[in-house]
Amino acid sequence: MKEVSVAELQEKAIELRKTAITMIFEAQSGHPGGSLSAADIITALYFKEMNIDPQNPKWEDRDRFVLSKGHVAPIQYAALALRGFVSYENVYKLRQYGSPFQGHPDMKKCPGIDISTGSLGQGLSCGVGMALAGKRDEKDYRVFAMVGDGECQEGQIWEAVQTAVKYKLDNLIVFVDNNRLQIDGFCEEIMPLQDIEKKFEVFGFETKRIDGHSMEEIVQTLDEVTKAKNGKPKCIIADTIKGKGVSYMEDICSWHGVAPNEQEYEQALEELAGGLR
Amino acid sequence: MSLTEKAVITKKATREAFGDEIVKLGKENKNIYVVDIDIGKSCKTGEFIKQLPNQHVNVGIAEQNGAGLAAGLATTGKIPFISTYAVFGSLRMAEQIRQEACYPNLNVKVACSHGGLTPGSDGGSHQAVEDMGVYRTMPNMTVIMGADYHSTRKLIEQAANTYGPMYLRFTRDAVPMIYDENEEFEIGKAKQLKDGNDVAIIANGDTVYLALQAAKQLEEEGISVKLLDMHTIKPLDRNAVVECLEIGKIVTVEDHNILNGLGSAVSEVVAEEGKGKVKRIGIQDRFGESAPYEKLMELNGITIENIVTSAKELLN
Repeated sequence: MKEVSVAELQEKAIELRKTAITMIFEAQSGHPGGSLSAADIITALYFKEMNIDPQNPKWEDRDRFVLSKGHVAPIQYAALALRGFVSYENVYKLRQYGSPFQGHPDMKKCPGIDISTGSLGQGLSCGVGMALAGKRDEKDYRVFAMVGDGECQEGQIWEAVQTAVKYKLDNLIVFVDNNRLQIDGFCEEIMPLQDIEKKFEVFGFETKRIDGHSMEEIVQTLDEVTKAKNGKPKCIIADTIKGKGVSYMEDICSWHGVAPNEQEYEQALEELAGGLR
Repeated sequence: MSLTEKAVITKKATREAFGDEIVKLGKENKNIYVVDIDIGKSCKTGEFIKQLPNQHVNVGIAEQNGAGLAAGLATTGKIPFISTYAVFGSLRMAEQIRQEACYPNLNVKVACSHGGLTPGSDGGSHQAVEDMGVYRTMPNMTVIMGADYHSTRKLIEQAANTYGPMYLRFTRDAVPMIYDENEEFEIGKAKQLKDGNDVAIIANGDTVYLALQAAKQLEEEGISVKLLDMHTIKPLDRNAVVECLEIGKIVTVEDHNILNGLGSAVSEVVAEEGKGKVKRIGIQDRFGESAPYEKLMELNGITIENIVTSAKELLN
């Protein structure tokens, strides 16, 4: 855990957003919408909360991070590049041949990736395995996982959830990036999730609901849930906006998986320079 | 080789080999884990649960999660053996094993009972005819089926001590014991049971015993047989197959679809080498049904008689 102010983290989150957008613009491919909705949480984890060592990415006592919604890799790559796990030059190599920044996170190619993901619904199970191993080995590391709300349509998420509860994995903290959108439209129209917080709660998780773009709330909630050694896995429903920080992308479904053109890219950087509105 | 003369009266299901060996391995190495998908009783993990509860996980009836959880364990240095039936272990969790074990090349073992037609009475829904083929096409995966109790134990032991994702397939029903407990096996290396020069028979799993009996009959008729137990179909012991091409006539036998199993793997080598002829004996690209195991084998021509006939046809 690092001593860092909310203001510094907010600034860092802007830098991460710019880096992710640059990556996607350079590649002319990638997923900007979800990268931007996840940006503030990823920043809080990588620049404050997680005990990690860029010099020793496989350190066995490190905290783990599982990006179950693997398509928003650019925002995790931005964190890894800015945190020094990989050289910044790779920002210009997203989705290119030989790059550590594959289309979806690849633990064999990129230092700092704890598990390869990309097929939705699967990452959380891996996180449960990591957290269980930590408990059995009496280690203090925590496992942070991020799933999408659309991703929670996958049945396997709930298989993983019930297992985390059974084995009392209070070292597992799951963020739901609740941006309400998926490729084909609003989740509510494609396949309604009902009350997602209540669902986690009745499965046996301790739940919190926050504004996923309020750095104060993210930091404070992480502080609370990581202190609670109560045998309950934790779920933080983070209400977010897909595309947050770039006005023309916000809440627009079609920005799920397309790259901005040059003019759009310039506008995005300009808007982000002014901070989050 | 003396082992071919061993008494074949004793029978034991190779799932018993898993149940016994995994306890021994788990005691030696605390990183060995068993991930059960509810059916531990049937997959013979009961003793492991009793003796090594801290190395055991049961995820309930949730194969996909079991596979992912095992991958998560593997990232921390554990060696998880996922234990279930072959149909579920190869198909219900196929994508999870692909994405989270094979793609990142993690040390996850999928150990499955009820391979092939051995769960006779359960019917077609539970008889895995395509499992080895599914896993044979996944990069990084190793695919193994031992012929009997002792060889299966040895192969499990070696699997535990060899890094990488692996699929191990066992029989539900009892199959004859062929090998001595001191016999050694190497993953990826065929076991030669007989050397001969008229015809080669390559078999695996529960059909090795049938092939052995067929070879004896052929020998009695003056036909010299080379017999290989190809317990690992991936990586295939290519050299062993190429050596059979000096004979040029090969019969393959397997308790698996003739598509994409042992017969296919051998045929690929033969075709690439451009010489030799293969006759494939196995499940005839169809599903099973409830019946005694032996009856199902007969329906598919996986019999001593058919192996003998096929060998003779190749000779003519």
